[in-house]
Amino acid sequence: MAGHGDGATRRDFLYIALGGMGAVGGLAAAWPFVSQMNPSKDVLALSSIEVDISGIEVGQSIKASWRGKPVFIRHRTPEEVAEARAVPLDDLPDPQPDQERVKAGRDEWLIMVGVCTHFGCIPLGQQGEYGGWFCPCHGSHYDTSGRIRKGPAPRNLDVPHYEFLDDNTVKIG
Amino acid sequence: MALFQGNNPIVKWVEYRLPIFSFIDAHLIDYPAPKNLNYWYNFGSIAGIMLVLQIVTGVVLAMHYTPHADLAFDSVEHIMRDVNYGWLLRYMHANGASFFFIAVYIHLFRGLYYGSYKSPRELLWWMGIIILLLMMASAFMGYVLPWGQMSFWGATVITNLFSALPWIGEPIVTWLWGGFAVDNPTLNRFYSLHYLLPFVIFGVVFLHLWALHHRKSNNPLGIDIKGPQDTIPFHPYYTVKDVLGLAVFGILFSLVLFFAPNALGEVDNYIKADPLVTPEHIVPEWYFLPFYAILRAIPHKLLGVIAMFGSILVLFILPWLDTSRVRSATFRPVYKLLFWVFVVDCIVLGYIGANPPQGAFLIWGRICTAIYFLFFIPVLPLVGWFERPKPLPTSIAEAVLAKSGGGMPEGAAAAPEGRG
Repeated sequence: MAGHGDGATRRDFLYIALGGMGAVGGLAAAWPFVSQMNPSKDVLALSSIEVDISGIEVGQSIKASWRGKPVFIRHRTPEEVAEARAVPLDDLPDPQPDQERVKAGRDEWLIMVGVCTHFGCIPLGQQGEYGGWFCPCHGSHYDTSGRIRKGPAPRNLDVPHYEFLDDNTVKIG
Repeated sequence: MALFQGNNPIVKWVEYRLPIFSFIDAHLIDYPAPKNLNYWYNFGSIAGIMLVLQIVTGVVLAMHYTPHADLAFDSVEHIMRDVNYGWLLRYMHANGASFFFIAVYIHLFRGLYYGSYKSPRELLWWMGIIILLLMMASAFMGYVLPWGQMSFWGATVITNLFSALPWIGEPIVTWLWGGFAVDNPTLNRFYSLHYLLPFVIFGVVFLHLWALHHRKSNNPLGIDIKGPQDTIPFHPYYTVKDVLGLAVFGILFSLVLFFAPNALGEVDNYIKADPLVTPEHIVPEWYFLPFYAILRAIPHKLLGVIAMFGSILVLFILPWLDTSRVRSATFRPVYKLLFWVFVVDCIVLGYIGANPPQGAFLIWGRICTAIYFLFFIPVLPLVGWFERPKPLPTSIAEAVLAKSGGGMPEGAAAAPEGRG
């Protein structure tokens, strides 16, 4: 055949062009089949909730359901806040001061996603070695600020995006 | 005389167009199998029959089950209480999964003992590992379908394994869930995939058998077939042997099925899934316990996940880790000892996996995890070099004749190389 010196032929070029276009087209065609598994629009639409916190006394907590997950809303006692703030940051596997985990001026309200950062179980409140939360699945201990202190979990309990609409209402998400 | 060689005109007509009769003859009737296969070789066919049983019971259960987070739990109770023989079909399916794993694990350890993974059967071994992985995925997703507490929290913990991956972990988990937690979209896709995967397994089983019949079965002596004197036809010898083994296996299955159908399950799964409450004590089904123990033995999330998957994936390189040229453990005194250490190690890991990771369980979990991996690297490659194997018989036929007495009264000569 009519060679080009380097041995490549017109047919070689056509094979590569066909293969390349086939690969691009195949990936493009595969994308809808992958993407369909991501959250659908109705699931995404349920992205925020408003919770009335007026009935939660000091030392009480509630669980609200947000995006299918529990959100812990705890009205902390002054002792719990003091305990959380007395811990040196060097003692924490995931160092973060308590002040960063609450809204300034509302330091008694601790709001976090109640899902263990290890494998997703729901920790039990006011248990464990640090008076915070304890995950029964694989034994992670969290303190009164929801920070990981002991056990296999890698991170502190997540704090969701939230804001106080007024003194009695918090909007999560 | 094989059926297809006869003069039946219909058989001849079909055979000319689709050689199905000669195919059956070549692979199930006149197929030459080693003379010396023992009862440990029954578990491949038993596993195949359990796969068929799971597909048949699963297809009929799907006629009564409703894959929706609000209705699934009740539809399973509907199967148990209202559907004719629904209790039987569901218990067959649930316990059938356990017995499928029993058969496959024995089959796997048999391959490990007799060196069935070695050349030229590496791809045959790979197909087997792929089948095991697909079985695990199917079993996990099937366990989610009743939407009980263990279903829900098992699904949560196992899908969260992927969150250990840096950067891509969280998006992958959201993608798997189809939401921000395990919920109805998760249940729906698991149902779809749980229905699909057994047929994928069926396809890989076909490749597994293709490779098997291409290079023929290994045998307890681990030496090659040298001629017709080393083989017997599959039918009637091994069809009958397989049927007898299946009958015994079926009796054991029936004992559990009819007298202790919930013995292998968790009571918590009779409580409907509650996304806001985790059960006190989460354990997977028994067939996952050794891997769960390995996961929990390592106090680091990502490394624990890597170790757990690695404990199965290491089997892929086993044919190259084992440097010994001798296949069967019968002739490998050191490997034989190590094999039994490994078996005990796996059982102990299973026991540890069922218990909370505290105190002695945590320490022993770590010791057994270390033994598990040390068995593969570096012990197996080293043993292959240092071990002095016993002399191999020259042929299967010679060993079989020597074992059966060679003229002496039957049973007089207990073969010293027999399995102890």
